[in-house]
Amino acid sequence: MIITPIKDGIVLDHIKAGNAMEIYNILNLGELECSVAIIKNADSVKMGKKDVLKIDKMIDIDLNILAFIDAGITVNIIKDGKLLKRRHLELPEIVKNVLKCKNPRCITSTEQELQHIFKLTDKENRIYRCIYCETKAKINKKR
Amino acid sequence: MKNLISITDLDVKEIEELIILADKIMKNPVAYSQKCQGKKLATLFFEPSTRTRLSFEAAMYELGGNVIGFSESNSSSAAKGESVADTVKVISYYADIIAMRHPKEGAPLVGAMSASVPIINAGDGGHNHPTQTLTDLFTIYREKGGFDNLTIGLCGDLKFGRTVHSLILALARYKNVKFILISPWELTIPDYIKHEVLKKYNIEYVETSDLVSVMNALDILYMTRVQRERFFNEADYIRLKDSYVLTPNKLENAKKDLSILHPLPRVNEISVEIDRDSRACYFKQAQNGKYIRMALILKLLEVE
Ligand SMILES: [Zn+2]
Repeated sequence: MIITPIKDGIVLDHIKAGNAMEIYNILNLGELECSVAIIKNADSVKMGKKDVLKIDKMIDIDLNILAFIDAGITVNIIKDGKLLKRRHLELPEIVKNVLKCKNPRCITSTEQELQHIFKLTDKENRIYRCIYCETKAKINKKR
Repeated sequence: MKNLISITDLDVKEIEELIILADKIMKNPVAYSQKCQGKKLATLFFEPSTRTRLSFEAAMYELGGNVIGFSESNSSSAAKGESVADTVKVISYYADIIAMRHPKEGAPLVGAMSASVPIINAGDGGHNHPTQTLTDLFTIYREKGGFDNLTIGLCGDLKFGRTVHSLILALARYKNVKFILISPWELTIPDYIKHEVLKKYNIEYVETSDLVSVMNALDILYMTRVQRERFFNEADYIRLKDSYVLTPNKLENAKKDLSILHPLPRVNEISVEIDRDSRACYFKQAQNGKYIRMALILKLLEVE
């Protein structure tokens, strides 16, 4: 498959196969007017299969959210057709309003105005807990 | 220390300070009887808990302060529309400190985020109840003089019993503490306590369903209620309930200086004959609860 290389933009590489659509949705890439390529199940030496997202525009991406979903992603910044910067992600300490707490006994279930905030409580096992009720966030995208 | 939302908000040193202060108050209450003159405690009970509320109110009165507040008879009326944040913001203008109980988990934290006065979590659903844990710790301290080298038996509903979970969290920080976890298999301690506390801190623990067989090892026996509604069927409940009722014959092999604790109210899990046994500490525990709350109020108001 051939995809035109982008000139100025961002390539999200090493996305765990199957995660690309979720990231596309969470980052609201559908709202962009530039071209966005979703490459699914590309061959990867490191990972077997991987997904890649190519965004043909320099946009602001919330790296915390990205890291939270899939910390293995590499972010490549492309300028004038060349790789300007490559960034690896780090797990954020706090994640705001990305996930909703699923605990029906949590105060966030009755008070709609509250921000849904999760805190990294166990880095090694990537465990995030709701700051209000301490319920574990369900992230199934482990790598 | 600005608020008390979870027992883990307090480090070992802060807990020790509270315990020492509570002990001092207990020995000389008159010296503290005017310390909170002109101050008001607001007890915001979005669900009723008469026992806890009275303990807070008695604590404030004995410090010479005053009490305002409400207690909702059913939790639905708390949902009249005003958010916890707004309620607490308003009450902050009326009171110097707030003790809040709420059926939803995390509500006191929400309160603390918008209050301009200290907030004490007086119980948020099945989640935290840090003043109960402080009461338990103070009682253990008074009975044993400290927390190191103790073998603590926790008996009954270890799955849903939040007092048990918080107590484990608090005691895990002391030296050479061992836990014996006694419960029917339906109500064993949740995995996250095992993995994130006991295994992580390398704490020795044993799980068993037989109270009598471990009795002789215990320095502390913390009893909790096994509730009927926790079982899938009535037959299991009937079959099991007596195994977790403490009776004098079960104490035959117990240490002479065992301390028996219970967060109260008890239903039938400790037979009343045991009340006369010098090892029964649960009524003292209720009394201790008032003094540790006095100490907490003084610390949070920075009076002491
Ligand atoms: Zn929650």
